[in-house]
Amino acid sequence: MEQASLSIDAVHAGYGDFQALFGVSLRVDPGEAVGVVGPNGAGKTTLLRVISGLIRPRSGNVRFAGQDLAKVPAHTLPALGIAHVPENRRLFPHLTVEENLRVGAFTAAARPHFEARRDHVYTLFPRMKERRHQLAGTMSGGEQQMCAIGRALMSGPKILLLDEPSAGLAPLVVQQVFDLVRRIRQEGLTVLIVEQNVAQVLRVVDRAYVLETGRVAAEGASAALAADPVIRRSYLGGH
Amino acid sequence: MDPFLLEALVNGILLGGVFALPVLGLNLVFGVVDVVWLCYAELVMVGMYAVWFFYSQMGWPLPLAFAVCIGLVAVLGVLLHLLVVRPLLTQPPINQVLATGGVLFVLQGVATLIFSTEFRALGVDMPPMEVGEVFVSGTKLAAFCAALLGAGALWAFLKFTYVGTAIRAIARDREVMPLMGVDPQRIYLIASAIGGALAGLAACLLIVQLDVHPFVGLSFGPITFMICVMGGLGNMLGGFLAAFLMGLIISVGGFWGTTELSYVVAFAFFIVVMFIRPQGLFAR
Ligand SMILES: Nc1ncnc2c1ncn2[C@@H]1O[C@H](COP(=O)(O)OP(=O)(O)O)[C@@H](O)[C@H]1O
Ligand SMILES: [Mg+2]
Repeated sequence: MEQASLSIDAVHAGYGDFQALFGVSLRVDPGEAVGVVGPNGAGKTTLLRVISGLIRPRSGNVRFAGQDLAKVPAHTLPALGIAHVPENRRLFPHLTVEENLRVGAFTAAARPHFEARRDHVYTLFPRMKERRHQLAGTMSGGEQQMCAIGRALMSGPKILLLDEPSAGLAPLVVQQVFDLVRRIRQEGLTVLIVEQNVAQVLRVVDRAYVLETGRVAAEGASAALAADPVIRRSYLGGH
Repeated sequence: MDPFLLEALVNGILLGGVFALPVLGLNLVFGVVDVVWLCYAELVMVGMYAVWFFYSQMGWPLPLAFAVCIGLVAVLGVLLHLLVVRPLLTQPPINQVLATGGVLFVLQGVATLIFSTEFRALGVDMPPMEVGEVFVSGTKLAAFCAALLGAGALWAFLKFTYVGTAIRAIARDREVMPLMGVDPQRIYLIASAIGGALAGLAACLLIVQLDVHPFVGLSFGPITFMICVMGGLGNMLGGFLAAFLMGLIISVGGFWGTTELSYVVAFAFFIVVMFIRPQGLFAR
């Protein structure tokens, strides 16, 4: 399963004159779940946007499944197996749940699988099936997050990029979102998840990177990071 | 009910059907590409000349002339996007509006050079038909039915196809579309082609009721833009309903006064609406 490995090497990136990432390197192996944690403004979202081609790195490179993504247009990445659930979900609020799923299955390779994958999404989230004809914008935050993840699954990805899926959700719903990530992992999907909820995410991922002001400040196995006194003090409210 | 008033009401609805097509086309392009095609009525004018030329001059069968007209104006829509709109996409919206406004004068000028300012009539007419208690022009009724069919086909396309769903999605959030595997540039092209095709269909329905000349766009262009704004720019359903409202106002206004007066009433109504609901009558 060499195909699903993602590697980012010494990436510098930013917006106009502003530099947000300073030589970030990161690796996600097939079947792994990897977390990226760090405070607001650290560059986590920017990192995911570099991976999915929404912004281009100034230097450094991004490789997925052995392919250099530097010259690949962003809209061709879902067909390569990269699905990105963006920050704030970005559902289409005026479309129904099922129509949102249809947009997620837009690529030529995904269309023949629409019904099978939709039904799979409905078994993962029975709520979505109940609400399939409801406008996405009328659902609760948790349901919208489930729908956004479902929409990403519709392309049949090898790797799922999640940007703060638990943001703005009630604690119980946060729990459901992380349970879901666990189940998606068990199905063999590779996951890269960005979170500010460090305590929770470290229970789901195998390894994690700590990003601070655009640099990797620490990395390691989840258990090791969770035990690290510096991490505990900064992110886990421990001592 | 006064049979003449009833006739005015029926004619208003028929008129609304014909307004609806260019309104849908403009709203589609605006919703997707975020650019107002100021030269939209002139695309219709080109289509009217195409039907007239192929049918009256070349002697082609009318359905073939119609089909070629729709295809031709669809290609014009694509060219308009590629040559005029796309190079200006990153510029302030006013530049795009001015550029498509420039195309308006170019099309009028070219049409004058090729066809002169003479009025050209197709000379096809269908016998009047009795609808309920009133007689209506068979041509107008056929045009109305074709307009409804066109609008229905557009609705089904937007509702049930992948590309149609992506078109509705991109109208709300273009930045996220690449993450769905959608190339926005391709969707812009498709929307421009459909916008052009709707102008072409409108041309087919107008040329059977209206003589064509280089400035014929002025007789329905302004009202089309007014309807779009009234229905909420980019709002397809709102524009569709507003088209019928405007058709009724003009037709019934003409029943009580003169046709000229009815356009004044329609325009006054538009201004009042803009004061009361600047976001459009049917904006959510
Ligand atoms: N579109 C943008 N234009 C300019 N600066 C941006 C933009 N998006 C993010 N930034 C800046 O880049 C830095 C990293 O942002 P981001 O990647 O969103 O951080 P995080 O996701 O970790 O909160 C922040 O300082 C932010 O202000
Ligand atoms: Mg972020």
